[in-house]
Amino acid sequence: MNARTQVLLWVAQRATAAVLALCIVVHLVTMVYAMRNGLTAAEILGRTRGNTAWFAFYLIFVAAAAVHAPLGMRTILAETLAWRGRTLDCAVLVLGCALAVWGARAAWAVFG
Amino acid sequence: MTGEEGAGVMDRAAGSPPALRVRVWRGGEAGGFQEFQVPRLESQTVLDVVTYIQRNLDPSLAYRFACRVGVCGSCAMTVNGKARWTCRTHVAGVAQDDTVEIAPLNNLPVVKDLVTDMREFFDKWARARGRFTGTRSRSEDFARVSPASPARREVDAAIECIGCGVCYSACDVVTWNREYLGPAALNRAWTLVNDVRDNAQAERMAAVAGDAGCHACHTHMSCSERCPKQIAPTAGIAGLKRVIAAAVLKGGL
Repeated sequence: MNARTQVLLWVAQRATAAVLALCIVVHLVTMVYAMRNGLTAAEILGRTRGNTAWFAFYLIFVAAAAVHAPLGMRTILAETLAWRGRTLDCAVLVLGCALAVWGARAAWAVFG
Repeated sequence: MTGEEGAGVMDRAAGSPPALRVRVWRGGEAGGFQEFQVPRLESQTVLDVVTYIQRNLDPSLAYRFACRVGVCGSCAMTVNGKARWTCRTHVAGVAQDDTVEIAPLNNLPVVKDLVTDMREFFDKWARARGRFTGTRSRSEDFARVSPASPARREVDAAIECIGCGVCYSACDVVTWNREYLGPAALNRAWTLVNDVRDNAQAERMAAVAGDAGCHACHTHMSCSERCPKQIAPTAGIAGLKRVIAAAVLKGGL
């Protein structure tokens, strides 16, 4: 991987960190609101099903996590296990794809 | 290990200044600490202690120094677990329970005792394109650089590095990533990125970008904390990250 791509990945991780910071705040406020008002699972699903705004929000959340987490893992694995190169890049790419698929599936589960 | 000669000196010195217990690294990478007793004196530096041991207790002790006044950057060692320049480090400021532990710098191969092989440290300066590349000949006039210009101020904040290796020794990322250029080389690159006379900017930015360069820095700030010249390499590295990321986003590098 050339230096230019490495810099682009660094930028992607910083940008997704900013998105995640916002998404996590919204998510936590929503969770606290639901708990404090005693909303049941059925009531929560009643508000999320068919709601494209929430669906879009959680898809953005998932996309940011699917980019941010593998890039962080790439650095952690390289620095702790001295695992570098193409095999590491492929492994974290698989991790990113898995997070994207699982996350999108979860978002669809509360929308569809 | 216990230095019998050291103990002997202090036995003879009953009534003389109180003794300082000094644990000194001996041997190479697989060595160990040897203990000496050194007379404690007013305004005594850690380098004074090492010199006393070599001149009076064990002439086989290897260490490196030159100027003794904080200019040359030769005498950096690990003192009580922290990288320091020993010539300007007073014993009174670092001794704990009248004990000082002196070891070679971390993150560099040990040659013998307190001497490390500094080659990788300076090779990384070269890899980071730490050499000025100008365009003017000696027959041309001097370049005019305003001392008040933002770029020159950035250079001023970083230019006083003496190449002692303290930041390199203190850096966790160097420990974890042996290819990482390290704070000193990147700090040097930052001074040249801000040098309006230099014309190797594209090559330098490519050399210091990415996983082995400035983008590997975790901003732990150990280098800035430990730098004996109060330089903040972390700030320079952050500057490199910004400049290079902007260049990449504009299609450069």
